[in-house]
Amino acid sequence: MPDHARPQRPDKVYFFGTCLIDLFYPGAGLAGMELLRREGVEVVFPQGQSCCGQPARNSGFFDEARAVALRQVDSFPEDWPIVVPSGSCAGMMRVHYPQLFEGRPEAARVEAFAARVFELSWFLVHVLELKLLDKGPPVTVTWHGACHSVREMGVVDEPKALLRQLANVTLVENPREQECCGFGGTFSVRQPEISAAMVADKVASIEATGATSVVSGDCGCLMNITGAVDKANKPLKGRHLAEFLLERCHGA
Amino acid sequence: MSDARLRILSRLKAAPPRPAPALPEWVPPTYGEGRIERFVAMLEANHAEVHHVTASGWPATLDALLAARGLRTLLFAPGTPLGARLAEAWGDDQRLLPYDQPVEALKPTLVHDAEAGITAAKGGIAETGTLILWPSVAEPRLMSLLPPLHIVVVEAATLVDNLAQAVTGWAQGGMPTNALLISGPSKTADIEQTLAYGVHGPKELMVLIVT
Amino acid sequence: MEPDPDFAGRAHVALGDSKLRANFRRAMDGLMAKRKAQFPDPAAWAQLRARGAAVRARSLARLPELLEKLEAKCRANGIQVHWAETPAEGNSIVLDILKRHQARTVIKGKSMVTEEMHLNAHLEANGIEAVETDLGEYIIQLAHQAPSHIVMPCIHMNKGEIATLFEANIPGQPYTEDVDALTAAARRVLRERFAAADAGISGANFLVAETGTVVLIENEGNGRMSTTLPPLHIAVTGIEKVVESLDDVPPLLALLPRSATGQPITTYVNMISSPRREGEKDGPTEVHLVLLDNGRSRVYGDLELADTLRCIRCGACMNHCPVYTRVGGHTYNFVYPGPIGKILTPQIEGLDCAGDQPHASTLCGACAEVCPVKIPLTDILVRLRQEGVRPTSGAVKGGGANRSAVEALVWRGWRAMYASPLLYRLATRALALVGNWLPAGLPMLKEWTSVRVKPRFAAKSLHQLAKEKGIKDE
Repeated sequence: MPDHARPQRPDKVYFFGTCLIDLFYPGAGLAGMELLRREGVEVVFPQGQSCCGQPARNSGFFDEARAVALRQVDSFPEDWPIVVPSGSCAGMMRVHYPQLFEGRPEAARVEAFAARVFELSWFLVHVLELKLLDKGPPVTVTWHGACHSVREMGVVDEPKALLRQLANVTLVENPREQECCGFGGTFSVRQPEISAAMVADKVASIEATGATSVVSGDCGCLMNITGAVDKANKPLKGRHLAEFLLERCHGA
Repeated sequence: MSDARLRILSRLKAAPPRPAPALPEWVPPTYGEGRIERFVAMLEANHAEVHHVTASGWPATLDALLAARGLRTLLFAPGTPLGARLAEAWGDDQRLLPYDQPVEALKPTLVHDAEAGITAAKGGIAETGTLILWPSVAEPRLMSLLPPLHIVVVEAATLVDNLAQAVTGWAQGGMPTNALLISGPSKTADIEQTLAYGVHGPKELMVLIVT
Repeated sequence: MEPDPDFAGRAHVALGDSKLRANFRRAMDGLMAKRKAQFPDPAAWAQLRARGAAVRARSLARLPELLEKLEAKCRANGIQVHWAETPAEGNSIVLDILKRHQARTVIKGKSMVTEEMHLNAHLEANGIEAVETDLGEYIIQLAHQAPSHIVMPCIHMNKGEIATLFEANIPGQPYTEDVDALTAAARRVLRERFAAADAGISGANFLVAETGTVVLIENEGNGRMSTTLPPLHIAVTGIEKVVESLDDVPPLLALLPRSATGQPITTYVNMISSPRREGEKDGPTEVHLVLLDNGRSRVYGDLELADTLRCIRCGACMNHCPVYTRVGGHTYNFVYPGPIGKILTPQIEGLDCAGDQPHASTLCGACAEVCPVKIPLTDILVRLRQEGVRPTSGAVKGGGANRSAVEALVWRGWRAMYASPLLYRLATRALALVGNWLPAGLPMLKEWTSVRVKPRFAAKSLHQLAKEKGIKDE
């Protein structure tokens, strides 16, 4: 688990939206940027960004992944922190970009970029020391710890620390919190039956907590979990952490 | 097949070199004065039966323990100090069965008749509750394996904290045919992860700690 | 191994067996909890693990030199050393030794390498009976099945199945699900086989170059039986098992049983350094060590892939793998299941035979997190995926086996879309408009929607919304 050096509280940050948020959950992206802006940080969203390149890397197409990675690196030229509302994408950029470019001419530039990447909840807790005031009604939620968030970005308790600040939110621990939900990007379509079995077990473990909502920092997982929940016509709701936190602050 | 040997080694030697990393520091646990206590606790947790005995009294203690079980045969090694001491203390006790011939001559007795075998221990390891056996010409390997009850006499003074301490000097001193670390009776959890004892090795392990 | 990249097909069968799934779930939960209890202190775990990983890395860095040293030392002690490039060669060597001794029955301690070689089948084809003596292996041998886990071979079976097996195969054995009774029955039967066997075959957990020692760990005592009672002992193992010195053994022994079954140490640790010596009363008079390559030297040739060879066969990776837990060991169709299987099998058997294995993973990393010798399992899985489509010349057997013109085209198109801000904007606008009309039966969408609703494309992308809200671009 990487032990990030904590940057000083910055005046400006970049926001990397991620392709899944861009296409399917833009509200989570807006919420993430709003949470940062409220703390007095100026947020910059380069329009040139697209995707961290993880799908290509994970499929073994490294050249393609590198081409797209460089596009991202070039879109965030200033020496500002890059905040990412996904542990999976953050992990790709922080951990795997340097690997992809090891020994190549772009290595130094890529490493400098990678060192500036931070997962949103980690950044909110450790750099901005976010304080939250809950204006929402009582609700019981549980957290889903996305695999790369936990194992590549070392984000385990930070999101829960934020949730625990909310007075009317009861956070119930799921003993299987860190068990993979079965998304795994292309895994969900390459090994659909195993993926289906995994998401079914994840949903069952969430339901067993008694929570009415599952909160996660990763939209891939959310899309997977809520997709299965909705198909089965179950009442469980899924929210991205940023959206959930902002809603609570506004009284929703 | 020396041809295979040459080809395997050539391929390995032709591979790109890689650094041999330095070994980072590792400090295994130590127990100080709690060594014996730890040793006993671990052995008992592993289903071994432990008794504290004295150097002068252990043959008599053993006699009583085995009489209570109705034990009829005890395999022992007459050529070891332990075995000699036992023979001297017990005299011509009918239970004593000397392992004084090669296994080929004693096989049926060893495999079917000997109810218990008694050996010394070179030492013990507190961390894991482990006995170190150093079989030899005088004290054969099968003594601690074939009979359903294995009795070990270990001197408390020979206990060390951990295996890293124990192996010090073994390479220089020369290894026996089959050094043994024994930490309990034979067991398995292969059937539905349920523990069962005495699969192949001894079903019971009795440890006499001499202080 | 026949080319049979059909992980999904075998998984389908396994997933349909709810009893099997329940067995595995319960068993893996138990093993994970037991392991966790053995490493309560994160700092101590990190320290021990760093030592174990370095010991293995160091041994591998000096592999050829250590193998030569091991061989010299073994020979000096009277252990005969043989080298086999392939399973066929290894089987031949073992058969020759047995024939010279006119051996008719062999007792076997658990050895994954001999399963890799299909040694038992080879011996039986040549009139030699090989009896598995590890209780789990004995059970699956009776059932004519392959092991489903490298440490607990019959973890997929329950008491009832085993009771039925014993009743059918052991004369006079009544049906009983009592574990002690079943164990006693196995002890009785196998004791006779131990006593009568002409030879014993074992594996090895570690080989110590410094002293020419074979280290064998076990809980049952059948390893000791197999290596002490018969007049002949043959140890068979992979070339990667060698370590430099006796001092290397304690950290590895501190890691292996704890990681595997949550035990601080196995009941028995055997350190065998020679055949019966002058004046000794028991032990085999002849001891052989067979070193098998079977592709390991090729794996060694690639600096990244060589980390695969650090493995100490603890099984922790599979115990923690969410895929393994759901499909069990047989789905992997080879000796080594779980994450280690997914990286080792393709390298030994070839990506043409097992190219789908590296893809049967979400890359969740639970395995790498618990690997006691820090094998970068997820990185190697991705590397093997790459080798399947864009092979590095000669690195992996069967490289390029997964190449598909369609897939290459897809990723070229993906690259074009994502590397160009203009194309990306056009494509995302188009998807926002028509994406939700895409039929659920399309490839990939079909698999997704079998258990999930179609993902909904937002009316406006984040890029659009950010622009509309006036969020700065630079």
